[in-house]
Amino acid sequence: MAMTENTVPPGEAPEPFHEEVHDPRRRDFINVAAVSFAGVGALAIVLPLINQMNPSADVLAQSTTEIDLSKIAPGQAIKASFRKQPLFVRNLTPKEIAEANAVPLSELRDPQTLAERTKPGKTNWLITLGVCTHLGCVPLGAGEGENKGPYGGYFCPCHGSAYDTAARIRKGPAPLNLLVPEYKFDTDTTVTVGVAA
Amino acid sequence: MSFPWAKHYQPKQPVMRWLDEKLPLPRLVYNAVGAGYPVPRNLNYFWNFGVLAGAALAIQIITGVVLAMHYAANAGVAFDSVESIMRDVNSGWFLRYAHANGASMFFIVVYTHIFRGLYYGSYKAPREMVWLLGVVIFLLMMATAFMGYVLPWGQMSFWGAQVITGFFSAIPVVGDTIRIWLLGGFAPDNAALNRFFSLHYLLPFVIAGVIILHIWALHIPGSNNPTGVDVKGEQDTVPFHPYYTAKDAVGLGVFLLVFAGLLFFFPNYLGHPDNYIPANPLSTPAHIVPEWYFWPFYAILRAFTADFILPAKLWGVLAMFGSILLLFFLPWLDSSPVRSNNFRPKARVAFWVLVVDVLLLGWCGGSPATPFFIILSQITAAYYFLHFLVILPWIARTERPAPLPHSITEAVLSKHGGTAPTKSALA
Repeated sequence: MAMTENTVPPGEAPEPFHEEVHDPRRRDFINVAAVSFAGVGALAIVLPLINQMNPSADVLAQSTTEIDLSKIAPGQAIKASFRKQPLFVRNLTPKEIAEANAVPLSELRDPQTLAERTKPGKTNWLITLGVCTHLGCVPLGAGEGENKGPYGGYFCPCHGSAYDTAARIRKGPAPLNLLVPEYKFDTDTTVTVGVAA
Repeated sequence: MSFPWAKHYQPKQPVMRWLDEKLPLPRLVYNAVGAGYPVPRNLNYFWNFGVLAGAALAIQIITGVVLAMHYAANAGVAFDSVESIMRDVNSGWFLRYAHANGASMFFIVVYTHIFRGLYYGSYKAPREMVWLLGVVIFLLMMATAFMGYVLPWGQMSFWGAQVITGFFSAIPVVGDTIRIWLLGGFAPDNAALNRFFSLHYLLPFVIAGVIILHIWALHIPGSNNPTGVDVKGEQDTVPFHPYYTAKDAVGLGVFLLVFAGLLFFFPNYLGHPDNYIPANPLSTPAHIVPEWYFWPFYAILRAFTADFILPAKLWGVLAMFGSILLLFFLPWLDSSPVRSNNFRPKARVAFWVLVVDVLLLGWCGGSPATPFFIILSQITAAYYFLHFLVILPWIARTERPAPLPHSITEAVLSKHGGTAPTKSALA
C-alpha cells in the first residue's frame, strides 16, 4: 500500500480505479451472491406455504377403504365411500359379463376390456368410482330400482352420460370410463381400495 | 389531476389546513371525487354504474364482515351455522339476504358498467389500462362469488365446488394433482371449505385495492363521455362535485330501491332451492346450475360435446376462460379511432347483437342440457368469439363512421350526437 502511494508523483492525481475492467466486479459478485442466498431462503419459506394446501395427514389416513363383498348377491351393487367420493361395487351376473365382452373395442370411446377393468379370476367384481368423468356428478344405477340407462350399467342424470355393464362410457358428454381405483383382494370376500394389488 | 383548469384544494378551516400539511388525505379525496376532478358535462345515467359498483362492494364488505362473526367454516356445522344466522341471530336473515342478493346486484351493476364501456368505446386509447384493470376486477369478483356460494355448504355449494374445481382436472397430465392440491383432499371437504372462507374474506379487499388502481388510471386521461370526443377545454367539463355527486346520488337511490325490492320481497328468487339441503357427497342434484351471473360462461363450458384433437372437456374449460381472457385484447382488436357507437352504425348493430347473444348464452347456461339448448349454446358461443375476433376487427377496418361533433359543448348545445344510446339509435 505504501509503495503504491509512493508511485504517484507529487502534484498529480492517482490513476482512477476503473471498476468495469474487473469483470465481474467484486460488488457484482457480492450482489449476485446476496440475492441468490436470499432467493433460496425465500423459496424455502414459500415451499411450506404451498405444501400446506396438500391433503393433510388425517385426510390421507382415510385414503383406504375396506369392503366386505360377502353380502352382495350377483346382480346387486352397493355404494360405499372412498376418499369422500362415492364408490360403486357391483357383482356382475354372467349375462352382464357376456354383454360387456360382446362389445368390440373399436366401438368404445375409451377402449378397455372388462378383464382390464377387473382382477384376474374375479371378473364379476366391478369396482369403480361413482363419479361421472364429465363434471363429477354421481351416476345412477348402483341403488335398487335406479335408472341404469340404455346400456344397463350406470346413467348420469346431469348431462345424460350412459355407461355399460363394465362402467365404460358409451353415450353422452363424459370423455372416459368410470375410474377403477387401485385395490387388492385381501381374501375372497374382502377388498382394500386405495392400495396397489 | 387531469386538466390544467382543475380546481385546487384550498382548505379554509385551520384544522383542515393543519391536516392537509401533515397528511394530504382531504386533498386526495377532493381531487378524486370532489370539485378537483373535472368531468365531461354530458355524461348520461350509464355513467352512474361505476359509483354503484363501489357502493355494492361496500355493502358486500360490511354485511360480509358481520356475517363472518356468526358463521363457522367447518364442514360439520357450516350449514347449521347459516341456518342459525337465518333463525336465531338478531337481524341475521336481513344480513344474509342482503349479502346474497347484494352479490346479484353487484353483478347486475358491473355487467351494465362493462356493456356501457363496450358501447361507448371506453376501453380504447388512452383508457386501455382502465379496461385491463376492470377485467382483473371482474375475474376477482367471479372467484370471490364462487367461493362465497360454497360457504353455506348446501347441495349446490358442494356440487358447484365439485364441478368448478373439476375444471382443473381437465388440464393434461398434472390436472388431478392440481385439483387435489386446491381442495386439500380428493373431494370438496373441510380443508376446501376453510380455505375458500379465508380467500372469500381476503379477495374483496384485493378488489378494493385494484379499484383504487382502476380509478387512478381513469383519472389520468379523465372520464370518457357519450360522444367519445376528447375534452377540448374548460367549457366541456363540470366539477365532479356537486354535479356528478348529485347525479350519482339519484342513481344510488334507484339502485337501493331495486335492491330493497329484491331483498324484502323476492330474497330467494335468484337462489336455488337445492342449496337449502345440506351437502351430500353421495347424491348429486338432478340439475346442477351455478348462480345466474355465471350462466353465459357455464353455457360456453357445456357447448363442447365432441373431442377434436383435445378432449371436449378441455375445450370447454379453455373456451370458458378464453371468453374472459379475450377481453384483455379488446383495446387492440377494435382498431377504430371512433369511440362511441353513437357514431358507428355497423358497430352499434354488432353491439346489440352481442347483447342478445350473451342473454341467449345465459338462458342456455341456466337450462338443462337438452339437445335444443346444447345446439343453441354452440351457436351463441361460436358467435361470441366471432364477434370479438372477426366481426369487430372487420367493422373497424371497413366502417364509415358518422361525422363527429367538434366538441362536447357543441354536441350538448346543438342537441345532436345524442346523450343516450336509444335516442341516437332511433334517430
